[in-house]
Amino acid sequence: MKETVRITGPADEQGPTLDELLVEVARGDQEAFASLYDAVCGPVLGLVRSVLRDPAQSEEVAQEVLVEVWRTAARFRPDRGGAMAWVMTLAHRRAVDRVRSVQAASERERRAALLDHTPAFDSVTEQVEARLEREQVRRCMGGLTEVQRQSVTLAYYRGLTYREVAELLSLPLGTAKTRLRDGLIRLRDCLGVAS
Amino acid sequence: MSAADLHTLTGAYAVDALDGPEREEFERHLAVCAPCREEARELTATAARLGLAASAAPPPGMREEVLRRVAAVRQEPPRARPPAGSPGGAGGAGGGTGRLRRLPRLALAASVASALALGGVAAWQYERARDARQLAEQARQRADELTRLLAAPDARLAAGELPGGGSATVVVSRSRDRAAFLASRLPEPPAGKVYQLWFDDDGAMRPAGVVKASDGRAAVVMDGPVAGADGMGVTVEPEGGSAQPTSEPLAVMEFPAA
Repeated sequence: MKETVRITGPADEQGPTLDELLVEVARGDQEAFASLYDAVCGPVLGLVRSVLRDPAQSEEVAQEVLVEVWRTAARFRPDRGGAMAWVMTLAHRRAVDRVRSVQAASERERRAALLDHTPAFDSVTEQVEARLEREQVRRCMGGLTEVQRQSVTLAYYRGLTYREVAELLSLPLGTAKTRLRDGLIRLRDCLGVAS
Repeated sequence: MSAADLHTLTGAYAVDALDGPEREEFERHLAVCAPCREEARELTATAARLGLAASAAPPPGMREEVLRRVAAVRQEPPRARPPAGSPGGAGGAGGGTGRLRRLPRLALAASVASALALGGVAAWQYERARDARQLAEQARQRADELTRLLAAPDARLAAGELPGGGSATVVVSRSRDRAAFLASRLPEPPAGKVYQLWFDDDGAMRPAGVVKASDGRAAVVMDGPVAGADGMGVTVEPEGGSAQPTSEPLAVMEFPAA
């Protein structure tokens, strides 16, 4: 699947950056919002879908996220991470909120399902990785240990808590926590993410 | 949980892998731990990069839907808004006078969402705003122009009562030089008659189209530019409309100031 998704703002020098667009959005500029939408919609929807799976529910949540971006744009602080990170963090939080609220109703079934489907998560991982558009992310994921990679993938792309990650991978709780942390630190360094 | 334990939660926090109470506890810790804040921020930005890699193609229609929705959603202000006491949210509607009253200058979206955000807004204003939003939604598919007008950043709203208990809202965008008329519970006009809209050019009435109500509801962009008009009126006219009003206005209202 090849999609052209602008992820770091317009490539040409004249256009506003995503950060600048989001600042305009906070001032009620709907044209700026439309431009921002075009830049973030694909990533938002893709992330939400990777957590929720269900296409209809994913679209619903993605729409809620985008409306929330509009509504709460004034909270964005350009000095605290870029606009895309802000939007994606919001999207992930909402996707996870949804998946957990849905699943809270049938917690026992959920746990059973997670454990039953242990063999399936490798294919989930592959599916997500197959969609990784950015060679750099794929390469950096490949640089993690197996447990780091599984932990990060299950937590981030499937929305599991670290307790569930521990359960699924038969890890002590403390190990699940530290694998998430050292896995992300390794990704941070590999991806060159600066604060 | 000890501070040392909390330090190691930056990764789980960055990927939303903490449950509610743990998240809250960790956020309290973040408030007093600058290195943790820094690390949490970096790892959150890292996680966002993973999210970008899972990009998907949005379905057709989603863009229009989202843009339509945000037009009716009030944004949070940059700072805390003082509670209640919004200006001009007058109480009783003093119904039946046939004279529409002016609301304070509010962007349409702001007025619509004030129902949610401002406890102090009078109920009738809330209902007008809600009616306006519902009407706008009903009109959506037929009236892109109306939607764009409602979405204009400088769209201003004025609303009031119609004789007989109906309500009307006028939306004006000076930048688009257009106005829209929205009404609900509009009584059926007498047989062979229609409602006609007029721009009020300093007392001279300029035809602005007839209203086709459906189920007592109407939402139309008025014909012609706003230009210098400072208000509008509604009259009952013979079918097809008139070049000049032939009856006393059912309602008149001033446009909100730009």
